[in-house]
Amino acid sequence: MGNIDYILEMDNIGKEFPGVKALDGVNFKVKRGEIHCLVGENGAGKSTLMKILSGVYPAGTFSGKIILNSSEQHFNNVSDSERAGIAIIYQELALIPELTIYENVFFGHELKKGQFIDWNETIVQAKEMLKRIRVNINPETKIKDVGVGVQQLVEIGKSLSKKVKILILDEPTAALSEVDCDNLFQILRDLKEQGVTCIMISHKLREVISIADTITVLRDGKTIISIDATERKVGEGEIIKHMVGREIEDIYPKRKDIKVGDVCFELKNWTAFDPSKGRKILHNIDFYVRQGEIVGIAGLMGAGRTEMALSIFGNTKHYDIQGALYVNGAKKFLNSPKKAIEEKIAYVTEDRKGNGLVLIQDIKFNTTLANLKRLLKGFFINQHEEVNLAKKFFKEVGIKAHSIEQSVGTLSGGNQQKVSLAKWLFSAPKLLILDEPTRGIDVGAKFEIYTVMNELVKRGVSIIMISSELPEILGMSDRIFVMADGTITGILDAKDATEEKIMEMATA
Amino acid sequence: MNKSSKFFRRNIRDYGMFIALAVIFILFTSLTGGTFISPNNISNLINQTGYIAVLAAGMTLVIIIRHIDLSVGFLSGFLGAVVAILMTNYNIPAIPAIIIILAFGGVIGLIFGFLVAKVGIPSFVVTLAGMISFHGLLLFATQAGGTINITDHFFNEIGNGFIPSFGRIAGLTTSTLMIGLIGILLFIYFQIKERNIKKQYNFEVSPIAFFFAKLVFVSAMITALILVLAVNSGISWTLVIVVAVIFVFSTVLNKTALGRHIYGIGGNPEAAELSGISVVKVTIYVFVIMEVLTALAGILFASRMQSASPTGGTGFELLAIAGAFIGGCSASGGVGTVTGSLIGALVMASLTNGMDLMGLGSSVQYMIQGLILVLAVVFDIMTRKSRLNS
Ligand SMILES: Nc1ncnc2c1ncn2[C@@H]1O[C@H](COP(=O)(O)OP(=O)(O)OP(=O)(O)O)[C@@H](O)[C@H]1O
Ligand SMILES: [Mg+2]
Repeated sequence: MGNIDYILEMDNIGKEFPGVKALDGVNFKVKRGEIHCLVGENGAGKSTLMKILSGVYPAGTFSGKIILNSSEQHFNNVSDSERAGIAIIYQELALIPELTIYENVFFGHELKKGQFIDWNETIVQAKEMLKRIRVNINPETKIKDVGVGVQQLVEIGKSLSKKVKILILDEPTAALSEVDCDNLFQILRDLKEQGVTCIMISHKLREVISIADTITVLRDGKTIISIDATERKVGEGEIIKHMVGREIEDIYPKRKDIKVGDVCFELKNWTAFDPSKGRKILHNIDFYVRQGEIVGIAGLMGAGRTEMALSIFGNTKHYDIQGALYVNGAKKFLNSPKKAIEEKIAYVTEDRKGNGLVLIQDIKFNTTLANLKRLLKGFFINQHEEVNLAKKFFKEVGIKAHSIEQSVGTLSGGNQQKVSLAKWLFSAPKLLILDEPTRGIDVGAKFEIYTVMNELVKRGVSIIMISSELPEILGMSDRIFVMADGTITGILDAKDATEEKIMEMATA
Repeated sequence: MNKSSKFFRRNIRDYGMFIALAVIFILFTSLTGGTFISPNNISNLINQTGYIAVLAAGMTLVIIIRHIDLSVGFLSGFLGAVVAILMTNYNIPAIPAIIIILAFGGVIGLIFGFLVAKVGIPSFVVTLAGMISFHGLLLFATQAGGTINITDHFFNEIGNGFIPSFGRIAGLTTSTLMIGLIGILLFIYFQIKERNIKKQYNFEVSPIAFFFAKLVFVSAMITALILVLAVNSGISWTLVIVVAVIFVFSTVLNKTALGRHIYGIGGNPEAAELSGISVVKVTIYVFVIMEVLTALAGILFASRMQSASPTGGTGFELLAIAGAFIGGCSASGGVGTVTGSLIGALVMASLTNGMDLMGLGSSVQYMIQGLILVLAVVFDIMTRKSRLNS
């Protein structure tokens, strides 16, 4: 046993935040040149562990040892760990949208000739780097003009330019389409050949199984198990069991006695023109939802699904809209989110940090923000009522935090998502639009969110669920609309739908 | 013990301001041989802080929603001149003149808010333009005779007068003593009530020793202040106005939907918009409030000076902005309290007052004020960081 070549050993790591023990004696060993996947429920401590490794939390703020190539390390900041060959790529990308690819890649460690930047050399090297990450794009393109998939790869390229030995990816695929994911994994395999060790955090177990050499499971800040996946095939069920500590029979809970009512929301010939892009982004969409049903909207990245949701929900992007929108048969013009909320529509955004939550405020503040009217007593907010209701919704969606006064920015991704959900349940919607409701969320929490959804439709709420995860679309929807290029390319009944049929329509 | 030291470290930001203020007080008292803390000077200091505190209260709202207002200095000077002209040249009585000026401020706020929120011009640019134009307008308004003297007794009382005393007890004004006593009792009552409510909800409360220390400390401070004031003429009208402004806007921020909307927009404007909050409307409200308060500050200043001069309001915007930052507003928005800014304004005003007493020239004064501002913000950032890591 003693002769295994570990590039990294994290020994008995403990880390406390006020009120929470995020890590409690974690042992984590990574073999040289492997792809090591780290999985666990939201809040299990995965990101915290990686932040310790990359020096975000400096030596002294946690307990335990970091041993890299058999020598103990004390990182005081991120540059220390970078010098030791560790690079971390966060889920929120750290690129500068207004700069070009080559400027971004060498940002912070510019190539210089004397005192000045050697732009020619920079471009040449950037081109080489793009080849290494198999991206066929002019390095002079601005970052804002390429998709998330390419941005993700450019981030990797950036770390390659720093001569990385251990590459850490925190949920790299959460926002990627399948094609982009495949690309990414191909690159990771390339890197492995070149001797780079990768640590990847992911909630998508299917891809974990397909790429991992070793899988380590964390639960409640402790290492549960490290599975060698090179010797035998590991099953999803097995990982889930270790993650949540119990077996989950069916990730998509079944609904009983579905009672679908009349059409309560309808779009007719809905067309939207985006003045900032100078083109039509939605074409002649006919769409309806009945009371008490879950309608799934499938499609590839960029098919116009989020744009459709935004155009319905108060049109904050100021598209020029033609066509008609009906709520319970009456034609409406919803030109602000306020009006949409008044019509009992709610929209849980796909980008909870960007436009969903106020991160510096606490759970209570965020829960009640979209419907303060419900708490007003004359001029004033009834704070007693606020606490009681915030607590009620806190329990209902199952947020894990030490109190409703914890600031949302310190919650793990899954719990932030649950806060978004609580916020919109608090507005007592009749139509709930969920945009990628389980992105970056663990299986246990997914199951809980699905259960909440089922509970809602049972109470007569209608749900539109936009999702890029086909199993989720198939598992949860009553009807499925497929979108491509800003228009609806197919409608399927849940009974007849298959992944193949949906993909065919989505790429039509 | 360990628990309370941890609590202290986490909340040091909130206590830091008071500590800084205490240090400044002790320092100036010893440097001026006690003059600084004399009843006369304290009374003076409060009236000097008055107009800055009013501006800092409005500035707090502006900074929370990620904007800035550079125009408040010259605007207050200009509006002070206009009110003086209305009363002296047009013989308009004080009260209507005051109402007209407050409304005038509101209209300017409406224009600023519109330009910032609806047209989308950065507030820095809009208010910089305002600052330059109001400077011109102030010079224009006071052009004829330089300084415009105000003779209206009622108007001048606002910045110089005191509430009725109802006689004296042991040489101290009765009304001030009574108000002080009621103030302390109310303070203790509300503190205990709030703590009990928090406990009821299992929220984190300060350790009990801390809580008592705070009650005793604040009560002692109020007592000291009241005694010092009561020796002279008692509580000034300026103090009454400042306390009212602080109370109203603290309440707005903490207890009303508008306050939540302000914090929400400051924390994440896009999320606020998608929560059904109209960012445009709230921004306009905030600028209206700011400019009405600026008008009030102009009135306080003109009244105190019993005149309007071509230099009125010069540099007030900097004192108000500095006060807000010292008081804990964050430059990236979403954070800040009106009471914090009041303390910040008091810090800035004490510096000016103390250094004036010491006879330091304005060159040294500006340097020291700048230094204090930087130190305050450094302290702020450091404590925030250690709070994240602890
Ligand atoms: N700065 C902080 N202050 C307080 N608590 C924190 C802070 N950062 C993380 N935590 C807490 O530490 C625990 C671990 O969080 P972490 O982000 O590591 O989880 P995770 O496994 O990455 O979850 P996810 O899959 O949702 O990203 C959580 O309970 C979280 O609320
Ligand atoms: Mg994480």
